[in-house]
Amino acid sequence: MSTRPTLAVFKFASCDGCQLSLLDAEDELLAVAGAVDIAFFPEASSRMLPGPYDIALVEGSITTSHDAERIQEVRKQSRFLMTIGACATAGGIQALRNWGDTAEFLQAVYARPEYISTLATSTAIADHVTVDFELRGCPINHHQLVEVLSSLIAGRRPRTPTHSVCLDCKRRGTVCVTVAQGIPCLGPVTQAGCGAICPAYDRGCYGCYGPVKQCNSESLGDHFIATGSTPGELVPLFRNFNGYAPEFRAESDRLARRAEGV
Amino acid sequence: MTEARTIRVEAISRVEGEGALHIRLQDGQLAEVQLNIYEPPRLFEALLRGRALEEVPDITARICGICPVAYQMTAVHALEAALGVSISPEIRRLRRLLYCGEWIESHALHIHLLHAPDFLGYDSGLDMAADFPQEVNRGLQLKKHGNRLLEVLGGRAIHPINIAVGGFYRAPRREELAALIPDFEWGLQAAIETARWVATFTFPDFTPPYEMVALVHPDEYPFNAGDLKSTDGRTVKMEDYEREFEEVHVAHSTALQSVRTAGRTSYFVGPLARINLARAQLSPTALRLADELGLEQPCCNPYKSIIARALEVVHVYEEALDILRDYQSFRPSRIGYQYRAGAGSWATEAPRGLIFHRYSVDEHGKVVTAKIVPPTSQNQLQIENDLSTMLPSILHEPDDQVALKCEKLIRSYDPCISCSTHFLKIHREEIPCRPPGV
Repeated sequence: MSTRPTLAVFKFASCDGCQLSLLDAEDELLAVAGAVDIAFFPEASSRMLPGPYDIALVEGSITTSHDAERIQEVRKQSRFLMTIGACATAGGIQALRNWGDTAEFLQAVYARPEYISTLATSTAIADHVTVDFELRGCPINHHQLVEVLSSLIAGRRPRTPTHSVCLDCKRRGTVCVTVAQGIPCLGPVTQAGCGAICPAYDRGCYGCYGPVKQCNSESLGDHFIATGSTPGELVPLFRNFNGYAPEFRAESDRLARRAEGV
Repeated sequence: MTEARTIRVEAISRVEGEGALHIRLQDGQLAEVQLNIYEPPRLFEALLRGRALEEVPDITARICGICPVAYQMTAVHALEAALGVSISPEIRRLRRLLYCGEWIESHALHIHLLHAPDFLGYDSGLDMAADFPQEVNRGLQLKKHGNRLLEVLGGRAIHPINIAVGGFYRAPRREELAALIPDFEWGLQAAIETARWVATFTFPDFTPPYEMVALVHPDEYPFNAGDLKSTDGRTVKMEDYEREFEEVHVAHSTALQSVRTAGRTSYFVGPLARINLARAQLSPTALRLADELGLEQPCCNPYKSIIARALEVVHVYEEALDILRDYQSFRPSRIGYQYRAGAGSWATEAPRGLIFHRYSVDEHGKVVTAKIVPPTSQNQLQIENDLSTMLPSILHEPDDQVALKCEKLIRSYDPCISCSTHFLKIHREEIPCRPPGV
């Protein structure tokens, strides 16, 4: 019997990009694959072993009643359950349905919506089961994934940076796009992890890594309004890939109420 | 008494996204074959409505983590058609370069980690690495080059952030791209070795009569411009796509499958279709190699898609090198536009085949309607037809062997099931979403 920890990768509603990140860690992939026993990772291997599993990576959000049951089973079979990415952590872009009429959405996409079985909401894994660690990002950063897996294999508790994207722009030497160009940027309220890419390409951050701890989204929203944006324009900025994360959700709802003059 | 036999592949492995296969036999005769997609719907076409058109490339990228650029490229071209924007030759070349990055990353992954194990008898590319370290490591290096190019040009490999309607948020500096040249020179040679390697595999003798469709351009290998050409000789203008190809709702299931409008027949898209229809536009090295490896003209063996994919990797390395060597930074990186109400459609070639988008927008730059047809929904009916063709000849074999052979055939298409925003087949009572024991 192998003494290496067993690894399983589970997919719910998602694009596959976060589990692909593991295969995208080209330099470390074979080393990681050697340090764990890949027991269940259908995208990469036809070998599928039964649980329990030492480490489970969970990608995607819960959008069907079947998946709401399946995540309970996955939890029971997993010693350490880690969500990977914005879908699993905050509901993903598909959580936009949470503000809409899902039945009407289905009619817009499918000729026979009555055949499609889906929940009215897209929700985070932590809304359904206890999550031991959340790796943020849309997509996650594969360097962070390898770091976290290495920690787990070594028996350490994983740590990822919890500062804002703003700090990474300063480190990178990027001139602030909000200050210099007046571009609305979510950098001050978004958790680091991407490497502060967007401002380095002359555009504002759109929040792929979700809200940073103790962020003041309301103050940032007010600053953008004071510098010329309308509340209506700002709603979609907070309401995208991590839009259903509580802090971003509260701010987009506030801006939406303000846009409607409520 | 009648005898029923059911063969199920509960989770098709080494494909992108999650799907299953159900084969039902009655008295030894094939009764039904279903490629069963159980990806939950994410309703992209609905949630795009009301969003600013500038957000469309960022949002549609999230349909697929393996081929986000295909969604971004198709979206920006369709929206530019709606807005009446003409991009500059510099932007056009840079977009070709971006697509090169995605093709390298996606093809190298499929060839080395997902598909080659089928020919060599392994469960995964990772298991194969113990016996084929050189080949697997070469594949990982190639994949890394594709990702590195996407990082420099797109900001990151998965869900690039630098793709805008009208062009790029920022054109890279010359030295940023020039730094990639040494790796790409090595990669071109490595890609040639990979093509020679996969051509030595043993291929099942299976050549159904296909209608293949690809985007063909007189001067360049299929990427993001041209007309839709079919191996039956017909040529269709991109704007007529929806007249010639239709998404059909099959009565007995919830599938939306693309068919030829005339005759409701299946068609085949992807690397093999492109090589068959645009072989003459391959780069000089890729074209010589296709001849050297004896790839038939046309080749109708879906298993040989791995050779087509490898030849395309050679092609895109050579094309990328041409662009990298000549590149000078330029302004503007993005062509400006005025909002106007209108509609636009476009098709491009994703790594796994033709992809089509149509959008209508209003005078405030907001999306009114969106239609997205991913490559795998276009191949889905063809895959099912292939399975129906192959199955009678292997039904005497045990279930696990039948299932394995079916999976191999499906994998040769490099299906991208997460893209399946609207080609679902859901049979609630049969959804096999659980791993064994869970």
